[in-house]
Amino acid sequence: MSFPLLTSLILLPLIGAIVVAVLPNSRPETVRVVGLLFAVGTGALSLYALASFKTHEAGYQMISNHTWIKDWGSSWHLGIDGISLFLVVLTGILFPIAILGADPHHDHKPYTAWLLLLEAGVMGSFLSLDLLLFFLFFEIVLVPMYFLIGGWGYDKRVYAALKFFIFTMAGSAFMFVGILATVALYHRATGHWTFDLIEISKSQVIGVKSARILFMSFAIAFAVKVPLFPLHTWLPDAHTQAPTAGSVILAGVMLKLGTYGFIRFGLELFPEASHHYRHVLIIMAVIGIIYGAICATMQKDLKRLVAYSSVAHLGFIVLGTFALTTTSVTGSVSQMINHGVSTGALFLLVGMIYERRHTRQIAELGGIQKVAPIFAAAFTVVMLSSIGVPGLNGFVGEFMVLIGSFRTARWYVTVAAAGVILAALYLLWAYQRVFHGEPNDDNKTFRELKLSEGLVLLPLIGLIVFSGVYPKPMLDRIEPSVQRILTALDKQLIKPANPDAQETTDDGEVVEGAGEVKK
Amino acid sequence: MLNLVWLIPALPLLGFALILLLGRRLGEPVAGWLATLMTGAAFAITVALFFDLISKPAEKREHVRTLFTWIAAGRFHVDLAFLADPLSITMALFVTGIGTLIHMFAIGYMHGDPKFSKFFLYLNLFVFSMLMLVLGSNMLVTFLGWEGVGTCSYFLISFWHTRNSAAVAGKKAFVTNRIGDWGFMMAMFFTFKAVGSLDFLALKEGAAALSHSTALAIALFAFVGACGKSAQLPLYVWLPDAMEGPTPVSALIHAATMVTAGVFLMVRMAPVLHEVPQAGTVIAIVGAATALFAATVAVAQNDIKKVLAYSTVSQLGYMFLAVGSGAYVAAIFHMVTHAFFKALMFLGSGSVIHGMHEEQDMRRMGMLRKFMPVTAITFIIGWLAIAGVPPFAGFWSKDEILLNAWHKSPALWAVGLVTALLTAYYMTRQVIMVFFSDARWESHAEDHGAHGEFKPHESSPIMLLPLVVLAGLSVVGGAINLPFSSSVKRLEIWLEPVVGEAETKWPSPTSTKIILAGFAVLVGLIGIAAAYAVYQKKRAKAIEPAILADAWRVDKTYAAFMGGPGRKMFDLITLADARGVDGAVNGIAAEARNFGTVLRKLQTGFVRRYAIGISVGAIALVTWFVSRGMF
Repeated sequence: MSFPLLTSLILLPLIGAIVVAVLPNSRPETVRVVGLLFAVGTGALSLYALASFKTHEAGYQMISNHTWIKDWGSSWHLGIDGISLFLVVLTGILFPIAILGADPHHDHKPYTAWLLLLEAGVMGSFLSLDLLLFFLFFEIVLVPMYFLIGGWGYDKRVYAALKFFIFTMAGSAFMFVGILATVALYHRATGHWTFDLIEISKSQVIGVKSARILFMSFAIAFAVKVPLFPLHTWLPDAHTQAPTAGSVILAGVMLKLGTYGFIRFGLELFPEASHHYRHVLIIMAVIGIIYGAICATMQKDLKRLVAYSSVAHLGFIVLGTFALTTTSVTGSVSQMINHGVSTGALFLLVGMIYERRHTRQIAELGGIQKVAPIFAAAFTVVMLSSIGVPGLNGFVGEFMVLIGSFRTARWYVTVAAAGVILAALYLLWAYQRVFHGEPNDDNKTFRELKLSEGLVLLPLIGLIVFSGVYPKPMLDRIEPSVQRILTALDKQLIKPANPDAQETTDDGEVVEGAGEVKK
Repeated sequence: MLNLVWLIPALPLLGFALILLLGRRLGEPVAGWLATLMTGAAFAITVALFFDLISKPAEKREHVRTLFTWIAAGRFHVDLAFLADPLSITMALFVTGIGTLIHMFAIGYMHGDPKFSKFFLYLNLFVFSMLMLVLGSNMLVTFLGWEGVGTCSYFLISFWHTRNSAAVAGKKAFVTNRIGDWGFMMAMFFTFKAVGSLDFLALKEGAAALSHSTALAIALFAFVGACGKSAQLPLYVWLPDAMEGPTPVSALIHAATMVTAGVFLMVRMAPVLHEVPQAGTVIAIVGAATALFAATVAVAQNDIKKVLAYSTVSQLGYMFLAVGSGAYVAAIFHMVTHAFFKALMFLGSGSVIHGMHEEQDMRRMGMLRKFMPVTAITFIIGWLAIAGVPPFAGFWSKDEILLNAWHKSPALWAVGLVTALLTAYYMTRQVIMVFFSDARWESHAEDHGAHGEFKPHESSPIMLLPLVVLAGLSVVGGAINLPFSSSVKRLEIWLEPVVGEAETKWPSPTSTKIILAGFAVLVGLIGIAAAYAVYQKKRAKAIEPAILADAWRVDKTYAAFMGGPGRKMFDLITLADARGVDGAVNGIAAEARNFGTVLRKLQTGFVRRYAIGISVGAIALVTWFVSRGMF
C-alpha cells in the first residue's frame, strides 16, 4: 500500500493541535512556530496531492478505505476528485497564511490548537466519502470556530459565536435526520447497511419522492452554511466579530462546505431531486446576489461590508451549481477557490487596517492611499478581483457561471449579471471613502505595508493574477469530475438537463430554437 | 510576420511591468521615455504588419494568432487569441500612433508631479488594454481589454485622488461603465447560446442563420455596452466628469481611443446589425439625439476641457449615427479623423492650462495667440477640422456621415446638420474666448499674486511637437477616404473584407452628394460667423442659458435620484435585513427565552447541552419517519 496521503492531510493538523496543546503556555512564539510548521506541512502535503492528481480522471483518486464501524457499514473512506481537489489545496494554503497573517494577541496556545483542529475538520469534510464520517467532520468544524469567535473575537463575540453555532447546528440536525433516513431506506431496498457515498449514489434505489424529501433535509444544512437568503443572518455577525484568521477561514473555506455539499450530496447523491428543486435554489441564489450586494453597499463597517459581499458571491456559486451545465458547475467550483483566495486576502487587509487604526468604521478612515500607497495598491488588486475584472481570478468563475447558466436559466442570469454592477458600486464606494481624499490626523500616521505582511499577501495576489490569466490547469482538473456527476444526473432524468452532455452523443445537430446553429 | 501580432500589446505590457518593478528608481523622465518607447515600438510593429497585410490579396487579409486556451469547460471554449485584419490593424495604428504622441506630450505635462512614474505605469497598462480590445479575436478577449481600459480610466481619472471631485469622478466612470458592461455580457451570452462560440469570425459566418429575435437581442445588448463606453445617452454622464484626470488622459482615453471602443464594437458586430435593420434605427436615433444634445450643452460651457468633453460626446453620436445608417466605413473614417483633431485640441487645451498656470476657465483667458503662437495655430487647425471646413479632415468624414444619414432618413440628416451648425458655433466660441478677444487674465494674475506680474507662456518643445504632428494629420487626414471616385476611397477598399457585406450601399447621384456637401459647408460657415459676431465683435448678447450650462439637468436628476429615493431604497432593504430577517431570528430567540421557567432552565447557554438536545431530537424524528414507513 502506498503512502496514505489523504489520511495524513487530516491527521497532520490533528497531531499538530495535540502537540500545541501540550506545549508550555508561557512561550507564545514557540507555539506560533510549531503551529505554523504543522500548517505549512499540511499545505505542502496538499500541494503534493495536487501534483500527483491525475488530470483527466473523472473518478475518485488516492482512495483510502478502511473498515471502521463494521456493524453499521461505516468506514474510513477518503477520496479526492476534481471537485474537492482545489478545495483541499485552498485549505492547505489558507491556514498557514491565516496563522501568519494575524496575531491573536493573547492565549496563543489554545488559539493555535483550535485553528489546527479546525483545519483537520475541514480537510476531513472535503475528503470523506462516507456519510457518517462526513457528518462527524462537518460537525467537528463548528466547535473550534465557535471557540475562536467567542474567545478571540471583538466586542459582540459571544452573541455572534452562539448565533453561528445555533444556526449551523439547527441546519445540521436536518442533515443528520437525512443521513440516517438515507441509510435506513437504502437498507430497506437492498438489505445492506452502508454509509458509503459512492455505493449509495451509484445505486439510486431510493424512490423519487423519498429522495426529494431527503435532498431537502441536506439542502437546509448546506443552505445555512453557504449561506443562502434568508438564512444568512448569522454570517455578517460571525464574520465581523471573528478574529482575522477566523474570518479568513470562515469565508475562505468554511462557506464552501455548503456549496461543496450541494454538489457532492446534492447533485451526486440525489440527482433527480437536485434537478427537481433547482428553481427553488436558483431563485434563492439570485435574490442573494442582489440582496447581499445592496446590503453591502450600505454597511458602515468595512468588515461587515466584505461579509455581505460573500452572500452575493456565494449566490453566483449556487446559481452555477443548479444551472446544471458543465460550464456553469465547473465555473462554480473554480469560483469557490477564487472567492476563497480574494475574500481571504480582503479579510487579511481589513484585519491589517484594524491593527493599525483600531477601527473598522468606514467613516473614521480616509486618505490612506496618500500615506500608504503600496498598501492601497495591494487592496486595489484584491478589490478588482472581487469586482470580477477580467484578467484576475474572480472573473473566470463568475463568467463561466453566468454564460453556462444562461442556457438553462436565462432570466435568472439576466438579473444575476446585474450583480456585477452592484459589486463595482459597493467596493469602489468603500475604496473611495477609505483610501481616497486627504488623510485626517488619525489616518496620517497609517503605517505602510510591512515586508512581512507583503510576503503573506504575495502568494494570494500571485494566485489572483495567475488563475485569472491561465485558469486552464485548474479547469482541466475540475471538468472531468463535473462531467461525470452531470452525466450520471442526466441518466436519472427522462429529459436531459445538461445540453453539454448531449453534445457527446450526437454531434452537429440543430438544437433548440429555429435557425440557431450549433457549431 | 502576422504571427507577431501578439507583440503589439505585449510591448506596452512589458513597459508596465518594468515601471512596476523599477518605477521609483527610474524616476523622471526615464519612466516617461521608457513608456513612450514601448508604445512607439508597438506602433512600429503595427506599421510593419500593416504593410504585410496590404501586400496580400484582399480576401486573405485575415489572420488569427492563438496564444493559449484561456477558459474552457463543457461546450465553452475561449482562446487568448488575436485577429489581425484591416479593421483591427487600422485601430491599432491610430491607438499606438496617437498614443505615442500623447505619451511624449505627457513627459512635458507631468513634469514635476511626485507620481510621475506611476502616471506612465497606468498609461502603458491602458495602451495594453486598448490593444487587447481592438486585436482580440473573440468577444471575451475584447471584453478583457474593454474592462481593462475601464479600470485604467478609473485609475487615471482619480489620479489626483486626494481631490474629492477626482475620486468621485473615477468611481462614477467605473460604475456607469459597468452598466454598459452588463449589456456587453448579455450580448455574449446570447451569442454563445446561438452560435456556440464567441469568435468574431464565427459570428460573422453564423450571423445570417441567427433567428430574428436573437440577432436583435445581440445587437441591442451590445449597443447598451457601447453606450456605456462611448458615452451615449443616457449613460454619457461619466465623461464630462472624467475631465478631472490629467489632460493627456483626457486626450488619450476620453477623446481618441477608449471612448471609440463602443463604435469599434458595433462595427465588429456589423454582420449581426445587417440582419436587423430595426436595431440600426435605434442606434441611429440614439446617436443623432446624443450628437444634438451634447452640442447644445457645449455651447454654454466655460471650462475649456468641458467644452471639448461635450464635443466628444457629440462627435461620438455622429459615429453611431453612421453605424445605425449602415455606414461602417464612415464611422471608422470619422473615428480616425476625430482622433486626430480631438487629441490635438485636448493636448492644446493642456498646453493652455499649463501656460496659464492651471487655469481652466475660458472667461479668464483671451488673446493667448500672442503668448502661445504654436499652440494657437495648431488649435486653430483643429478647430477648422471639427467645424467641417474643407479641405480639413473633419469635413470629409462628417460629410460621409451626413450623406448616409440622409439616405437612412432626412430627419436624421437634419439633426446631424443642426449639430454641425452648433459644432462650428461652440468651437469658434472657444477659439475666440481662448486665443482672440481680449486678455482677461488679470483676475487670475491677482490670485496668483506672488510676483505681481503674470504672463502666460508657451509650452516646451516636447509638448509642442505632438501638437504639430497632429495638426498636420488634421489637415491631410481626409485623404484616406476621398469621395471623388471609387479608387480614392482608400479606407472603404481597405475595410471591404471586414464590413463590405454588411455595409448598406445607398445609391447616391453626384448631384445629391454635392448639394448635401454644400449644405454642410454652409451651416458650418453660418455657425462660425454667428460665433464671431457674438464673441469677437460683440454685436449680440451671448445665449448661454443656465439650463444648457447645467447640461439639461440630466446629471443632477440622476444624482438626485441616486442620493434620494435610490439610496433610501437601499437603506430600507438594509434596515429590513437588520430588523426584519435578523430581527425575526432574534425575536424567536427572545420569545423562547421568555417561554416559561421550565424551558428557561434548558437555556443554560451550554452549547454541549444544545448539541445533545438537538441530536436526541433528530434521532427521535428519524425513528418516527422510518417507523411510519412514509417513504
